[in-house]
Order: sequence, then C-alpha cells, then structure tokens
Amino acid sequence: MLELYLGQLDVDKIFLRWRKWGERKNYGAFITFIGTVRAEEDIEALSFDVYEPILTQWFEEWQQKAKAKGAYLMMAHSIGNVPVHTSSYMAAVFSPKRRVALELIEEFVEDFKANAPIWKYDVIAGKRRYARERSHKIVGSGLLASK
Amino acid sequence: MVQVEFLGPIGKKPILLEVKNLKDVAKELQKDKELQKWLNECAVAVNDRLVQSLDVELKEGDKVTLLPPVCGG
Repeated sequence: MLELYLGQLDVDKIFLRWRKWGERKNYGAFITFIGTVRAEEDIEALSFDVYEPILTQWFEEWQQKAKAKGAYLMMAHSIGNVPVHTSSYMAAVFSPKRRVALELIEEFVEDFKANAPIWKYDVIAGKRRYARERSHKIVGSGLLASK
Repeated sequence: MVQVEFLGPIGKKPILLEVKNLKDVAKELQKDKELQKWLNECAVAVNDRLVQSLDVELKEGDKVTLLPPVCGG
C-alpha cells in the first residue's frame, strides 16, 4: 500500500499500524526503512513535489515483484515541507521469512531513489532550492534533446 | 492539440501543441531556450506512461509529461 501525507510523517503511528497488519497477516519478517531529515548547513526543512500517477504505477510494479516472492510492500511519503529531525519516507517489506525481506528492502529503496517521480528541495530562509546535485535522471532521460 | 506538462522544478505552465508525434514535440521544445537545459535531463511520459523512444504517434487530447531528475526520501 502507498500512502502520501502533507508534511512530516507520524512515524510511530504508521509503524504501529503496519506492524499490527503484518501480525494479523501472519508474516514472520517485517523490515522497515525510515528516512529522517538531517540538520545540515542552513537547511530548515526539505520539501517534496510528488507526481502521483506515475508514482502509483512504479509502486504497483514493485508490489507485483514482491507478490511473486510471497512478500508485500508498504510505503509512506511526504508532500511539501518536512522539518529537520522529522521523517519524510518510510518503506517496509513483509515476508514469511527473513531472506526475501532483507533482499527486497535494498532493491526497493534503491530503485525508489533512482526512479520514483519525487522532487526534493532544500528549504533555506523559507525558500525552496531544487536539490539538483543530489537528484538522479530517470532511465531514458534526454529523449527530447535528440534531433 | 496535445498538452505538454512540466513537472517539479522546471516551473513552467502547461502548453498546448499542434503535433502528430513525439518527434514534433521534441522539435517544438528545442526552440525554447529556457527549456534547453532541461531536455537533456528529463524523462518523458505519454499519458502517464514513461516512453523510451520518440517513435510515438500522438492524437488529440494526449498528454506529454517531462520529468526532471528525481530524489525522493
């Protein structure tokens, strides 16, 4: 399941709900990744734009991959401003046993970084600045520059 | 008409183009100096599906979307 929230995530509440869901579904392994905004230089917050139609497709493709291995994925992400020392991203893998979950969490989180249609900005003195140097081109970028 | 949308940091309002395929969209967008720095870096979706080739025919009402480099989390 994919969940989007305005502003920072209520990590404890989401974690508790996911954990209880996994217990009811009889999954033996539950692995989470939580991304927290670090204090760096003058950054007050990070800010995010999300393009939901393609994010949903990207997530559903991953859900199918997980399903083929008997696993299930959850993800929560913020839209808009997320202050330092709060969280913008949670991902989780549920599986009957540990091995599948351990492998899948790495692949899922890394592909998220590379291809999920989300744009990050540093918020400094109340202004958003695109984090261009930390961003990744989606596979197939540059198509419209070709003659 | 085909609508072209520019996501995230590009910060440009959608435009309407009279085009028949994705190659025509590329030609039109390459004329815009403001956009040139983005074209090399953007992925392209047609009706919210990412495409890997310019050989895509377009019809009235189709939507082309430019996706600049991403960084979630």
